[in-house]
Amino acid sequence: MKLKRGIPLIDQHDQHGFWGGKFGGSFIPETLKKPVEDLTNEFKKLRKDKKFLKKRDFYFKNYIGTPTSFIKLDNLTNYLGGAQIWAKVVSEANGGAHKIYGATVHCLIAKSLGKKYIVGDTGAGYAGKMLSMAAKKFGLKCKIFMGAKDIKRQRPNVIAMKKNGAEIVPVYSGSQTLVDAVSECMRYWVSNCDNTHMCVGSTVGPNIFVKICGWSTAQISKELKVQLKSKFKKIPNKIKLINCVGGGSSAYGFWSEFIDYDKKQIELIGVEAGGPKKSKLHAAPLSKNAKIGILHGAASYLCQNNEGQINDTESISAGLDYPGVSPIHCFLKDTKRARYTYATDEEALDAHVMVTKYENLNPSLEPSHAFAEAIKIAPKLSKDTIIIVNSCGDAKKDRDILKERLG
Amino acid sequence: MASLLKQAFQNAKSENRPALLTYTVAGDNNKKKSLEILKSISNYADICELGFPHNTPIADGGQIQTSAYRAIKNGIKINDIFSIVKNFKKSKKTKPIILMGYYNMIFQYNENKFITKCKESKVDGLIVVDLPYPENKIFASKCKKNKINYIQLVSPTTSKLRLKKIIKDSHDMIYYISMLSTTGGKLKVSPKKILKEYTKIKNQNKSKNVVIGFGITEKTIKSLKKADGLVVGSAICKEITNSIKKRQNAVINVSNLVKRLKNKIK
Ligand SMILES: Cc1ncc(COP(=O)(O)O)c(C=O)c1O
Repeated sequence: MKLKRGIPLIDQHDQHGFWGGKFGGSFIPETLKKPVEDLTNEFKKLRKDKKFLKKRDFYFKNYIGTPTSFIKLDNLTNYLGGAQIWAKVVSEANGGAHKIYGATVHCLIAKSLGKKYIVGDTGAGYAGKMLSMAAKKFGLKCKIFMGAKDIKRQRPNVIAMKKNGAEIVPVYSGSQTLVDAVSECMRYWVSNCDNTHMCVGSTVGPNIFVKICGWSTAQISKELKVQLKSKFKKIPNKIKLINCVGGGSSAYGFWSEFIDYDKKQIELIGVEAGGPKKSKLHAAPLSKNAKIGILHGAASYLCQNNEGQINDTESISAGLDYPGVSPIHCFLKDTKRARYTYATDEEALDAHVMVTKYENLNPSLEPSHAFAEAIKIAPKLSKDTIIIVNSCGDAKKDRDILKERLG
Repeated sequence: MASLLKQAFQNAKSENRPALLTYTVAGDNNKKKSLEILKSISNYADICELGFPHNTPIADGGQIQTSAYRAIKNGIKINDIFSIVKNFKKSKKTKPIILMGYYNMIFQYNENKFITKCKESKVDGLIVVDLPYPENKIFASKCKKNKINYIQLVSPTTSKLRLKKIIKDSHDMIYYISMLSTTGGKLKVSPKKILKEYTKIKNQNKSKNVVIGFGITEKTIKSLKKADGLVVGSAICKEITNSIKKRQNAVINVSNLVKRLKNKIK
């Protein structure tokens, strides 16, 4: 298994849609073959279409508000001593998280396909909030599937979705979290694929959804590359890019431009949800060595039992609380280009407290997992090491959880 | 010799009616009961589909989900499913059994081991919901080599060219999904339109047995009588759920339902 240079990772799959010969694919019911094929052809065409690209760039700039800033966290750096800690403040994007990139692109594609309806899944509520925002902007009717447990714990985003005129469909099956929301959204699409477009909220799902999502979030690292060159005159020699990994869309977007670099120069570190310290449950298929399995149309490392039933997961962060993970991260793990670890609920909370104490930054519980790893390793590293954390979400949505846990 | 599946279709044809296919979930609501249900309904059904329950079934609606969750909760394991089939076949030697489910369970069990077990317990056919053509080519031919029918699905969205290829690669039976829906949806397309699509498939190769499924209930079954076979699933699962709720005998209730279904297509 080997990575290719000079080709975006999203395109390094074989003709059956597998990365590294075994991750990804398109395990879908017959009914979805045609809509998936149509979408695949449309995306292939659009990504080469200058007019479409111009449109995308226009909305990225004027609607999403790119580029988001790249800042040094001086106080945190001084407090920890050791490596410099920087943040790419992706939460500045319109709506407060990176999910706006995929949502915007999916709405543009839906328009191009002539679809009037768009549906999507959401865990933390950001994917749903952004899709509802973009749908409103582009005149599409929008339905969001969300686990009942997540509706309770991510209320601010639920309110935002309603304000944007989206219908929220609560999902009561299974663990009532993201995994169930994605299943229900796919079921809805099976039944309505003639007039409805589906947006998958992360780099998961059948091959084409991984590609579209990754293509959209890649904007983050394109910006960062320019920003690095402008701040440091060249790409520095010791960089660590730390990102939380749920499905893996923010991590892929944060890393995509840097995958071709030697890992001695630019290390990629993904941080999964380790769950509560005292619980056996987690949402960390990569770092806790889960076996490969098939979920939501793709093969990936997957929290499951040996009968192939999907395991319950547990995490304080709704956005990371998912048993599978993107096939492209499985590929990055097996080729050893990226390193994956996890942070527990408690570590993420501590990190959130520390970052908000020292900096004018309010990372949500998802990127707080990434900050936990940064805080752990920074003191041991040299001063010329540049740690960059993708602060990909704003903690406003976590108001209730933070109040309950921190008072 | 013709496969048991083929024989079942011929048998129904000789009686001038479509074959009746039932779908129940293995282990619903427990191992013992599901075997009893299976044995009892097979007095009326021509072919029995047995679902292997998955806890994340992306193409199933509420009724089958409920049955699957119930079966898993009551501890059903893949090996139990094979022993249900084995037991069933002891008394019902010529009744074809089709296992139906999601690929991850086969993948975890190991494809080859799964096929061996199917053969040992005399499974006649397999339907894998999320392993479509052409991704299923290798697995399907492995099945065929072991005299297990791999049943291809086609749907209203299947293109003409694709349909041709699928039929060419199919075995004795083809499953036509009546409409854009998960299982358990209400029939939202007119029977006339469904039969028109059905005829298109049939016209490609008359020797293949084409069954129609999804949205078939006591109310709708008669209108689709022209098909080679008709599958009823969610309506049966719902009957089990209702029987449990009302503390009635599920075996009797489900058997009566299947008997009524059969009478409607005679
Ligand atoms: C702020 C934020 N970060 C991270 C994630 C995890 O998703 P991904 O790994 O695709 O970035 C989510 C998902 O909802 C999120 O809202």
